[in-house]
Amino acid sequence: MLYIKCPHCGMRSQNEFSYGGDATVKRPDLNKEVSDQDWDNFVYNRKSLRGKHLELWQHLSGCRQWIKVERDTATHEIFRTLKANEDNS
Amino acid sequence: MQKYSIFNLIKNAFLKHENWDLAWKDPTPKKEYEVVIIGGGGHGLATAYYLAKEHNITNVAIIEKGWIGGGNVGRNTTIIRSNYMHDDNALFSEFGMDLWRKMSQDLNYNVMFSPRGIINLAHSDAQMNVYARRGNSMRLNGIDAVLLNREQVKEIIPMADFSDNVRFPIFGGLMQPSAGTARHDAVAWGYARQADSMGVDIIQNCEVTGFDISNGKIQGVRTSRGDIKVKKIGLCVAGSTNILAEKLNMTLPVETHLLQACVSEPVKPVLDRVVTFGAGHFYISQSDKGEMVMGGDLDGYNSYAQRGNLPTLQHVLTEGIAMMPFLSKLKMLRTWGGIMDMSMDGSPIIDKTHIEGLYLNCGWCYGGFKATPASGWTFAHTIAQDRVHKLNSGYSLSRFNTGHLLDEKGLGTKTWIS
Repeated sequence: MLYIKCPHCGMRSQNEFSYGGDATVKRPDLNKEVSDQDWDNFVYNRKSLRGKHLELWQHLSGCRQWIKVERDTATHEIFRTLKANEDNS
Repeated sequence: MQKYSIFNLIKNAFLKHENWDLAWKDPTPKKEYEVVIIGGGGHGLATAYYLAKEHNITNVAIIEKGWIGGGNVGRNTTIIRSNYMHDDNALFSEFGMDLWRKMSQDLNYNVMFSPRGIINLAHSDAQMNVYARRGNSMRLNGIDAVLLNREQVKEIIPMADFSDNVRFPIFGGLMQPSAGTARHDAVAWGYARQADSMGVDIIQNCEVTGFDISNGKIQGVRTSRGDIKVKKIGLCVAGSTNILAEKLNMTLPVETHLLQACVSEPVKPVLDRVVTFGAGHFYISQSDKGEMVMGGDLDGYNSYAQRGNLPTLQHVLTEGIAMMPFLSKLKMLRTWGGIMDMSMDGSPIIDKTHIEGLYLNCGWCYGGFKATPASGWTFAHTIAQDRVHKLNSGYSLSRFNTGHLLDEKGLGTKTWIS
């Protein structure tokens, strides 16, 4: 069982959350011309890192907020959690 | 190579079984090969075998970080089927079915292929319609498919829940009678033994640390056991695809996720088919030892852990018990996990890449084991001839760019969503 510290609600079990994938993927700016390659990278291509991975989760059975979680994909250790609009640098 | 036969078995029985040859050697890597296959799993071993057998390319090395057959080929639920609707998937898999049927003879190794049939259960009228459509598509491609009504399903699997007050009543099912199971380890060992006997070097405990590329061409591969000069490399590393892609500066439409399976304590024969639950994701068969072999959903988040988490297992087994209530009485014997290369449309990739001499085989999602022979055969063709075969032309890497997705389940890009 993963325990994820929701920045809004505190420590909760993974059962309350649903996963939303890589949080570093940015949608291309729609005001500009988007190349096929950029669109491909946004929709399909993923680094799928082994080790530290910044990802989106939604606290679906809790506050329903989307959050960012930095987790190790090999050990499942969770380093930190952030609100969706918080800077992850 | 020593042939495995009843006569050899009897002869060696008199010699206390002390004179059997090693099934494969443990060579030190040479300085140069014609082809290097990275990944000593089912697909890598099969590729090397078909390179030698079909294309007479025997100066081949298989490089494996751990030991052969230690990954997903030894961790799956051994289901073999070709019940696909789309032509590319159906024709590829049915070609594989033919190789499965001949495999034990071909490899002189009993892979215990058991064509016991698979039944996908339907739990609504709409699902029956969908299955009728898929069954018709299969039959148009020469694959056997039988649409079963509720009574026919009940005759075959009376132990399923046919009571009136269930949440997902069984309306019927789609059966592929020629589908089945095989002994997964034997597949890896059989391919390894034959490939080795034809001159392929199987190099275990050898990790790839980098690639030599110049002018967009593969020149060699760097490993923990020395550098190897080679012009053609086949990448067959399933869940580790992204790790090697990073070393090649490639980003692929693949994510690595964890899939669990489990077996119960052994019980007397009760289930002689493979059965899948249609209202969720759960599949079950009974092994020759009597264990109920079960699997279902991914854990649902990126993982390289090769071990699972209990919430998913509970979710999957809840579906199992809904389908076959007697399972609740069984004790669990083992659970384990493997890391899947989940592609973004649920279908695999067997293709050339933008780097000359680098060939890619990945994205097998839930269905890598059954594809082992067809994947090896087509990948060997792609490497040897430097062009894709008609059978794997639909499994191109560029399809994500051109929009020719092969979305069998209609899941969209997030195939890990359960």
